[in-house]
Amino acid sequence: MPTSYLTITYGQLALAALLIVVNLGISIAFRLGLTRSLLIATLRMVAQLLLIGFVLEWLFSQQNPGLIMAIALLMAGVAGQAAVSRTKRRFVGIYWNSVLSTLTAAAVVTGIAVGGIVRVNLWYDPQYLIPLLGMVLGNTLNGISLGLDRFMEGLVNQQNQVETLLTLGATRWEAAHAQVKDAVRTGMIPAINSMMVMGLVSLPGMMTGQILAGASPIDAVRYQIVIVFMIASGTALGTFGVVLLAFNRLLSPAHQLRLDLLHKLKS
Amino acid sequence: MSDVSMALRPASTPLLGVEHLSRRINGHWLWQGVNFELNPKMRLGLIGPSGSGKTLLMRTLVGLDPIETGQIIGLGKRLSQWSLPVYRTKVIYLPQRPTLFEGSVEQNLEMVFQLSGHRGRGYNRDRILVYLDTLQRGSDFLRLSAPQLSGGEGQLLGLLRALQLDPQIFLLDEPTASLDPETTRWVETLIDQWLQADPSRACIWTSHDANQINRVTADLLNLQQFMPRNAN
Repeated sequence: MPTSYLTITYGQLALAALLIVVNLGISIAFRLGLTRSLLIATLRMVAQLLLIGFVLEWLFSQQNPGLIMAIALLMAGVAGQAAVSRTKRRFVGIYWNSVLSTLTAAAVVTGIAVGGIVRVNLWYDPQYLIPLLGMVLGNTLNGISLGLDRFMEGLVNQQNQVETLLTLGATRWEAAHAQVKDAVRTGMIPAINSMMVMGLVSLPGMMTGQILAGASPIDAVRYQIVIVFMIASGTALGTFGVVLLAFNRLLSPAHQLRLDLLHKLKS
Repeated sequence: MSDVSMALRPASTPLLGVEHLSRRINGHWLWQGVNFELNPKMRLGLIGPSGSGKTLLMRTLVGLDPIETGQIIGLGKRLSQWSLPVYRTKVIYLPQRPTLFEGSVEQNLEMVFQLSGHRGRGYNRDRILVYLDTLQRGSDFLRLSAPQLSGGEGQLLGLLRALQLDPQIFLLDEPTASLDPETTRWVETLIDQWLQADPSRACIWTSHDANQINRVTADLLNLQQFMPRNAN
């Protein structure tokens, strides 16, 4: 297949990196305290992507389902771990909860998409499985991160409300239902917002990529719609899952609010 | 006044039996080996210096905090054998600063009956009006917006919200702390009426006001005797 797109050299890449310098300048000038995270995030992004470029070249030539599954698991594990690292509070088992929710949500959604919707000949064909899984994971982790953080903050800030309900005879579910609802809603907001304006305000990254690579816009759009459905349902499943697991931990089966199990991170 | 921690031997089974209960905060023992019994009709005053953990003891008695050591037998069963939501419809803890929900006073009173534990019972406005009468207030109190109530009015609402559930044991944590002396007396009357209405009821009070404790309780439990001697 002839390439129908312009390639980008490493020199051009360096030029693009100047854009992030603007962000750093703002952070330093206004003492936003973001300099460190921004630098780390930038370096991580560049290193990870360059590395993954080489890995994908190699991976797409592989045909061993065991190896591809191992890579998929690793991706889910990293996503689950990353989802927790932005939360302000922790409890024992939070990483495990997050990884489990991420993995389950991504496996269900990607499995249905690859096997039932796109109907790839070989379900483990890495050219389809890995990018689709990656898109789902990247978005699900946002939902999990937001939902988990909101749930813990909600319980801490509304401790009196939850405990007042418990003292009046509420079950743990009745007592914390408002906080569960709020957390799941918060986790879903980015996915819903982006669906609202998709195509109007934003041209989705994957679609842009396909078009740049020479695909017909209509083909690219159909793929994009499938992806958006995958992202929305993956985010919903993952967020709901992780909030339920956290609920089960922080509201004990004995119907107690166990804020003593939470500890706050230093800044 | 008699000291109940010195094991009175009652003929009837106690409503609450507390044995060797201990509580630690940040590695320090707050109180250790708390023993007492609460019998029907009893009005027990819970006293102790501030920070001695009176509130924590009440929270533990309704299972809001896990038991560290010792045991609590409430209404004939260990706390661990109870489904706590059911237990908490009978043993009600009234926190000093009750949390009010959005909406009117009446909506705050009604919402409790949406909880599954109170299914089959309903909100009874006439009953609330009788309570309000004792508190020298009219039905217009029901229409006030709950989040805008004064501290004292909020405390009254918290009391009514719990009282309408007919607790068998009422744990009252400074129930009149934000009230003027006159309203305080009316609240005391209301609680006395609740207690007199059924001989199987009992209550525990805390108050920073020693006169009130003398007035409304007949027995005392002093937490100081359970505090470790080498505290500080």
